Amino acid sequence: MAATILAVDDSASMRQMVSFTLKHAGYEVVEAADGVDALEYARNNAVSLVLTDVNMPRMDGITLVRELRQLIAYKFTPMLVLTTEAGPEKKAQGKQAGATGWLVKPFNPDKLLATIAKVL
Amino acid sequence: MDMEMEEILNLFFEESLEGLDTMESGLLTLEDGADRETINNIFRAAHSIKGGAGTFGFMEISEFTHSVETLLDEMRNGARSITPDALQVLLQSVDVIREMTQSAQAKTPIVMTGANALSGELARILAQKSTPGAAPATAATAAPMPQAVIPAPIVKPESAPGDAALSGPIEGWRITFAPDPSLFKTCNDPLRIFEELGSLAPLEVTAMTDALPALSALDPTQCFLRWALVLRGAIDHARIVEVFDWVDASSKITYEPIFGAGSPGTPPQRSTAESPPPVAVRAAATRAAATADAHPGAAVAAKAGGESGSLRVATEKVDALINLVGELVITQSMLGRFAEKYEPADIEALRRSLAQLTRNTRELQESVMQIRMLPIGFSFNRFPRLVHDLSRKLGKKVDLKLSGENTELDKTVLEKIGDPLVHLVRNALDHGLESPEKRLAAGKTETGTLELNAFHEGGSIIIEVKDDGGGLNKERILAKAVERGLVDADATLTDEAIYNLIFVAGFSTADTVSDVSGRGVGMDVVRRNINDLGGHVQIFSVKGQGSTIRIRLPLTLAILEGQVLRVGKEIYVASLVSIIETVQSTRQNLSCVAGRTELFKHRTDYIPIIRLHDLFGIEPDSREITDGLLVVLEADGRRVAMLVDELLAQQQVVIKSLETNFKQVPGLAGATIHGDGTVALILDVPGLIRTFLERQGMDMGRAA
Repeated sequence: MAATILAVDDSASMRQMVSFTLKHAGYEVVEAADGVDALEYARNNAVSLVLTDVNMPRMDGITLVRELRQLIAYKFTPMLVLTTEAGPEKKAQGKQAGATGWLVKPFNPDKLLATIAKVL
Repeated sequence: MDMEMEEILNLFFEESLEGLDTMESGLLTLEDGADRETINNIFRAAHSIKGGAGTFGFMEISEFTHSVETLLDEMRNGARSITPDALQVLLQSVDVIREMTQSAQAKTPIVMTGANALSGELARILAQKSTPGAAPATAATAAPMPQAVIPAPIVKPESAPGDAALSGPIEGWRITFAPDPSLFKTCNDPLRIFEELGSLAPLEVTAMTDALPALSALDPTQCFLRWALVLRGAIDHARIVEVFDWVDASSKITYEPIFGAGSPGTPPQRSTAESPPPVAVRAAATRAAATADAHPGAAVAAKAGGESGSLRVATEKVDALINLVGELVITQSMLGRFAEKYEPADIEALRRSLAQLTRNTRELQESVMQIRMLPIGFSFNRFPRLVHDLSRKLGKKVDLKLSGENTELDKTVLEKIGDPLVHLVRNALDHGLESPEKRLAAGKTETGTLELNAFHEGGSIIIEVKDDGGGLNKERILAKAVERGLVDADATLTDEAIYNLIFVAGFSTADTVSDVSGRGVGMDVVRRNINDLGGHVQIFSVKGQGSTIRIRLPLTLAILEGQVLRVGKEIYVASLVSIIETVQSTRQNLSCVAGRTELFKHRTDYIPIIRLHDLFGIEPDSREITDGLLVVLEADGRRVAMLVDELLAQQQVVIKSLETNFKQVPGLAGATIHGDGTVALILDVPGLIRTFLERQGMDMGRAA
């Protein structure tokens, strides 16, 4: 079975763009519009990788990663951040929260796929 | 695949425009005091637009939005106070981004004039920060998204090329890697890193276990290993740094080049991924922008643009529809039973099933109509900004009140009512509301009130534009009308008739023509637009207290509340809202002008009679006016009496377009199909009146 990726972004177009890229590469993709929805989904379903935006309403991506890392099921799940944020401060926060990698938008589909292939 | 991309792209545009609306309305509320959530929302909207624009290759939008975002971010962090000046520039920026987005959507080259003009303003405001007079302002706006580089950090220790030149070609690297013990917590696996390095060149890995504690003390979630790596190949330093990119800050990593044989050993060269030289960043950013620009741009250009006419539907509406279809399927299977086996005793069950089918069909019809229904808020949304800008320009103080934003109406009606509403609001601000001084002098509050109100009434939606300004000046309107020869000097007109004069083309009582309104174009267009939608407009005004313009519109254009009429053997439908009344005339009420035009005395006015049978060339029951019925119709402020043989039922009819199925016919708005399968033509009342008057060669503008 193909790996399931949870793609989290509040922008529907960005989500679809990511989803489009991943599906064409053969992954299963589940979309969530913010951290709260993503957390809810992840709690009740198995996900092989989380790819999240940072700036989102209700719950941001870094908090999402931190929350997920608290869960036993997500101790060893790769979590990538895909964001326009590139400041060292944010990155440090991401690392602290337990993110596996940090990709900066505008995203390059090949690079995204390569990174996912590496961490999965 | 192209289609799919196109769809995603459209979604991006839609989302960006929505985001811009969010920004705009948010910025407008910030004027009255900032709350954190609003600023956050505005910031997020800008942030999403920037990210999306970058991803979809609209670098101009992305770059411009970046400086807007920077400003918003500082406001969000409290690093900058929210000044009216900054808000104004941000509002203008929203306009510029919207313009850029729309031109991108229309697949036309993005015009940079607005952005270029505002960049300076933004830079000026950004510069007013903690570092007054310093240069960073220009950098903030001119340097496009330094982030663009980070995915491929081109971090070159500045000494590296020089060293290589001195000591011969680099043949490999000696790397020591001592990760932070918490490495595993982020799911980073050293093996993955080694595999990636191994894919670049042959790699030797030596694990150093000296820091490993005794098994009893070992925490398996921590990483206690260190590694010494030898990479044998002339690999670019940057490539290797990239592999370690994410883990570098918390780990100790050293890189030491291995030079060709015979070269002198050089001291180990250390570098961290921090603070890359700004020059490299700038160059790389430009390059990234250039490539990103070329790709999607080309892909997009292939497709011709055009209105997609898509509709965003609330999920509940779709769910309701699916639910109803489910019920319909059940009813269908109930009825299907009778096709297989039918006994006379089943008649009651059959009747019940048919009743259910009727109910399902009606509900389904209502739900489907619901899909096209959108809240009028979509149209009202633009007014806070419009009023804000206009009142500033006119030097007036205005309090805008919106109510009934959730009142729903058909998408087409919604789209077409926007411009007339803008016109009415402009008029109310410009002519209706007085200046603060005048208001105070008249004993009113300094701030005027403009209300936009929408609600349902019967099968219509009512939209009111109400101001508490000076009201319409009857005397002035009348004087102007007499001067223009629209009414006779000795005519006595009702208030309503006088107010209606402002809808006559070219009519303006404004003393000065401003660029806001007052050129006498518009009100006639407003009325025509509203009439074309099958609606009415009415004016109420009290001198010194204000005016209300009341628009009545049908809820939808797809279904018509119709009056079925008969002329000879033909059946027609007229829109119920256009019918004033129906009368049977007596001889005394009829007269004839110039031997041709027949007139009917309706209340105090003489109105022309349209013989529908003559117009359409059909044989009526009788040609005597007194035998038939006169249906008094009104459109565009003109009234006519239409002669028909008989009035039949009043019913809702579904409008079928003649234009798409046949061709456009003057005087007809469409056709509809009756329950028995016969087709009835729907009269286009305004068109009918126009056609008739053209044939008569007379202008009824005065008689009305």
